Amino acid sequence: MIELLLSLKIAVRALRTNKMRSFLTMLGIIIGIAAVIAMVAIGSGASKIISEQIASIGSNILLVLPGSRTSGGIRLGHGSTPTLTYDDAKAISVECPAVALAAPIVRGGAPVVYGNMNWTTAVMGITPEYLAVRDWPVIEGRNLVQSDVDGATKNCLIGKTVADTLFGSEDPLGKIIRIKKLPFTVVGIMDRKGRSPQGSDQDDIVFVPLRTGQRKLFGSEYPNSVGSIMIQAKSEQDLDRAEEQVTALLNQRHRIGPSREADFTVRNLTELLDVAEQSSKAMSLLLGAVASISLIVGGIGIMNIMLVSVTERTREIGIRMAIGATERDILLQFLTEAVLLTLIGGIIGMLLGVGGAKLVSVIFDWPTLISVQAIAIAFCFSGAVGIFFGFYPARKAASLNPIEALRYE
Amino acid sequence: MGEIIVRADDVSKVYTMGEQRVEALKAVSLEVETGDFVAIMGASGSGKSTFMNILGCLDTPTSGSYWLQGANVRGLQKRDLAAVRNQKIGFVFQGFNLLARTTALENVELPLIYGRVPAAARKERSLAALALFGLSDRAGHTGNQLSGGQQQRVAIARALVNDPAIILADEPTGNLDSITSVEIMSIFQRLNRQGSTIIMVTHEPEIAAFTKRNVVFRDGRILSDTVVVDQLDAEQAGGGSD
Ligand SMILES: Nc1ncnc2c1ncn2[C@@H]1O[C@H](COP(=O)(O)OP(=O)(O)OP(=O)(O)O)[C@@H](O)[C@H]1O
Ligand SMILES: [Mg+2]
Repeated sequence: MIELLLSLKIAVRALRTNKMRSFLTMLGIIIGIAAVIAMVAIGSGASKIISEQIASIGSNILLVLPGSRTSGGIRLGHGSTPTLTYDDAKAISVECPAVALAAPIVRGGAPVVYGNMNWTTAVMGITPEYLAVRDWPVIEGRNLVQSDVDGATKNCLIGKTVADTLFGSEDPLGKIIRIKKLPFTVVGIMDRKGRSPQGSDQDDIVFVPLRTGQRKLFGSEYPNSVGSIMIQAKSEQDLDRAEEQVTALLNQRHRIGPSREADFTVRNLTELLDVAEQSSKAMSLLLGAVASISLIVGGIGIMNIMLVSVTERTREIGIRMAIGATERDILLQFLTEAVLLTLIGGIIGMLLGVGGAKLVSVIFDWPTLISVQAIAIAFCFSGAVGIFFGFYPARKAASLNPIEALRYE
Repeated sequence: MGEIIVRADDVSKVYTMGEQRVEALKAVSLEVETGDFVAIMGASGSGKSTFMNILGCLDTPTSGSYWLQGANVRGLQKRDLAAVRNQKIGFVFQGFNLLARTTALENVELPLIYGRVPAAARKERSLAALALFGLSDRAGHTGNQLSGGQQQRVAIARALVNDPAIILADEPTGNLDSITSVEIMSIFQRLNRQGSTIIMVTHEPEIAAFTKRNVVFRDGRILSDTVVVDQLDAEQAGGGSD
């Protein structure tokens, strides 16, 4: 302990005699650590968003869209011929054992008016299953129920953004809003949901009963058609079976065969996002790896300077040895110096990295996640770099022959 | 005088550099008793420094053996040699060899640091050693703020602070003018009177005249070994140290 304190004292003195050089040597480590911390923070911020989005979509979700798979991948359902119906959804929930809930949806954009406030928002026709699948609670008022759907009532639920925009501080419950000129009663306000995977504001929405949407808002030539059907499997293990069962059932109902191309597509949403999450994790790993390389380059800089320092101080080493310093004393002295360099560099780099990550999140509106773990690892890593790259020069100093060292000019 | 403190038996040292073999020491035998004050003399390249390095455990002989205080140094591990240097030997060099950018006090403290002496005792002993050579008011000065004589006195304080069995000085006056040289010699004489055993190398017969015994080297051998009959007193010669 005393030894360590002494070599620390010697090291501090040595670093202070060459302030500029010490700083330049540290710079490599500073940049390396700052880069690692900032990159990991930015990368894990991205992963965090994606996993939040996965959670916000709901778990174990399949999406059935009208239209077929094309050779180029999946053609998006919107605008395709409306081939899915409410009856398809009902059949799925009854006949597919792996399916927990099937929620048919129609949607479109529409101007919504309250008093003299006018706001164009997404309007979605849903059944009660939809909010269950999305795990999206009503925080004030009541939910839409089956009788709303069956009776095609003009009740609606509004998202937080719509509530704030149209009503401000007023209580929206029981108020009448006009959607495409039709009056609807606000019966409930949705909990805040945040951004969607595509980056849109999910709270900018109005929910109406499915049948109301089909018949009064988005009337089409196929009055029973729905835009898509969201399906929740009973469990994660059931997801693949649910996909098979839904496909088989719809093939049968739509009379799809070898001669007829499928007019619907089943997509596994959770899987898609899992892929996105994986790739963002891989990305942050890559960023971290690139940053680590700069740390190693910094370490090589330390080694270089320590070697120069050993040569410069050959005579000093000789004197210390003549006076009774053991090889271990000399080794410890130079190792302490290298580790001190990297640790100070590590601390400065840490501060810069955290600051840089914060700056990125402010300037580019990119969420960053600074984990204590990453900081601790970076700190230990900088110490390890010091030991690793400081060892060889220290070893070299310790193995000097005292007579030759004393004679060195 | 007392017991034998240094005993070199047929000590040889051969340097090989590629094809070339340099026999720096050829079977040198020497005994020194406690309380002795020996001057080693001889032409340049006669092996004086080589011999001193072996006595100081900085180097090991190619053949022959060396006992320090009755213990054979041969076969000691590097770590033990470092301990011997630290505990039993005080070095004084021609070029002073104080650490740069380090105060006189810190220089004197060094042997105690490596001897693992606690901080408080270290400081006390180092200040006392500096005081012994009239350097109390220079404790905080670094090497380049001191004169050559002062630097050498700091170096002597550093050599003494650990109470070594023997003081080895390789041309300690080589870089000093004659007045300062006599001053340093008066310090050595005082230490010798107080019981220190001193072996020093010098080129100058006038300096050797202040010692008790002169050993002359030539070509790696001892040419002569004579007792100084009328040892000069450095203090009377004008080197009275304060
Ligand atoms: N490391 C070495 N490698 C090879 N030869 C050496 C080495 N050190 C000393 N020698 C040789 O050994 C011989 C004795 O050298 P040494 O330094 O002991 O002489 P010295 O008596 O101290 O001389 P000076 O009075 O000039 O200091 C010389 O011939 C020298 O060249
Ligand atoms: Mg010499």
